[in-house]
Amino acid sequence: MTGNSDLRELYQEVILDHSKRPRNFGRLEGATHHADGDNPLCGDRIHLELEMAGDRVKDVRFEGQGCAISTASASLMTEALKGLTRGEADALFHKMHETCTGQPDVKAVATPADADVDIGKLAVFEGVRQYPLRVKCATLAWHTLRNALAGAHVPAKTE
Amino acid sequence: MNRHADNLARTTAESRRSRFDVEGVRADFPILNQEVHGRPLVYLDNAATSQKPRRVINTIARYYESDNANVHRGVHTLASRATFAYERARGKVHTFLNAPDMHQIIFTRGTTESVNLVAQSHGRSTLKAGDEILVTEMEHHSNIVPWQLLAEQTGAKVVVAPVTDAGELDMDAFERKLTAKTKIVAVVHVSNALGTINPVKEITRLAHGVGAVVVIDGAQATPHLKVDVQDIDCDFYAFSAHKVYGPTGIGVLYGKKALLEKMPPWQGGGEMILSVSFEKTTFNELPYRFEAGTPPIAGAIGLGEALDYISGFRHEDVVEHEQDLLAYGEAALLSVPKLRIVGTAKEKTGLHSFVIDGVHPHDIGTILDHEGIAIRTGHHCAQPIMTRFGLPATARASFAIYNTRDDIDRLVEGLAAVRKMMG
Repeated sequence: MTGNSDLRELYQEVILDHSKRPRNFGRLEGATHHADGDNPLCGDRIHLELEMAGDRVKDVRFEGQGCAISTASASLMTEALKGLTRGEADALFHKMHETCTGQPDVKAVATPADADVDIGKLAVFEGVRQYPLRVKCATLAWHTLRNALAGAHVPAKTE
Repeated sequence: MNRHADNLARTTAESRRSRFDVEGVRADFPILNQEVHGRPLVYLDNAATSQKPRRVINTIARYYESDNANVHRGVHTLASRATFAYERARGKVHTFLNAPDMHQIIFTRGTTESVNLVAQSHGRSTLKAGDEILVTEMEHHSNIVPWQLLAEQTGAKVVVAPVTDAGELDMDAFERKLTAKTKIVAVVHVSNALGTINPVKEITRLAHGVGAVVVIDGAQATPHLKVDVQDIDCDFYAFSAHKVYGPTGIGVLYGKKALLEKMPPWQGGGEMILSVSFEKTTFNELPYRFEAGTPPIAGAIGLGEALDYISGFRHEDVVEHEQDLLAYGEAALLSVPKLRIVGTAKEKTGLHSFVIDGVHPHDIGTILDHEGIAIRTGHHCAQPIMTRFGLPATARASFAIYNTRDDIDRLVEGLAAVRKMMG
């Protein structure tokens, strides 16, 4: 059928795999940071828990429900975060934002040189660029992460 | 035209309509003639907003090209034409709803504003602490939040009548919740999330039994049902033009005269006054008292044209066509593996809400869009009913007079593509 080739850009195998079998799904014993994310218009909801060891992410898990894009994004995020420092996690947030929108995050503060991280697997979200209405799905987990690390108690939203 | 020619014209028109020439209807809607993602557009998001026939678009353009002026002000020719056209539109709404009097038709921005008007004018001037406002679990947010605001302002309480598993109002529970404390009953005529047609006449009779005032949200009913406010006997009836083939930004509130006459204005400004001095302002008569400021004139005229358009069909033919789509759609959707229809009321119109196991409605929406098919996905601004069914969201295919069985076949084909994509 028409259009399925571009659709595959959005629904890449890695995304479908992570949406069906999300990694690091569940609650985290000994979490030091947590936050909720909620896109009520979509019906996407996420609860994120992190265990920080000093400045580093020791462990991270999430729970929630959402579309394939938002679930895969949360799952891939948890994989990418383990072992990163706050600075690196923040740098990855900005890279993810740029990947999904094709635009640098205007609110980004200069990333310290030592906090440079590779986008790695998250590059699969480049397909989201063609779907402006779905950017909010792909970035919900990341905004929730930011709130968790900032100790914010208001649910993150991207819509 | 002589009588013979007149009869001939009428017969031809009737035979065309009794067969319900859906291709002819489709030709009336220019927007349908386009491709989306390389496929002919299938528009199944009519419950969100309907498309507009060419004559509505042309009427609005013609108004701006030749008659535009402010209404009820000025004595020049254009002002007179604009005023005449605006009031003629009010007359058309009056006929459409079978209201007793044209002065009971108030133009608003839409259903939402109509409900807010009732809440803030009638509600705020009559409710007190301890009074109750009875709504149903299947209300759109626009028939929940205005009442919550009113409850906060007056100390009244919002009480909720539950919905059965089929998506019907639980009438026994509704009756039990109806007490001497109930001052307002606010009910949707047709649910935008489930398609359920509520028995509004019976609801009104029961509510009047305890002396409550009945407000009906008719946004999803007016495109599909013949609405007779005198037969229903409701106190207020609200609807939006854009769901019934008219423009956005214009809606209607019908109210019983005895209530409207007692209601204080809710917005102040021009148009709604008779005389203003710094000592005392005298308010205008009905309906102008509730139409502060320059109204959406072109919108009202467009609405009038849309009502003429829909009234040009035999209502029985429209119902037959739409019920056929509903029945055909139900059978077709149920043939899709792992698909469940949400809302299986006996009396239903206009739409099917559905979920597919393992696929989020937003993914369904994106993939269908790639096939040129527009449906709605999400909570449909009716979160309480989504919660009632334990769902964050549904996909919704909603029908209009220009939809066809082919559209439904394309939808089912599209859902096969969804399955293929999502595995």
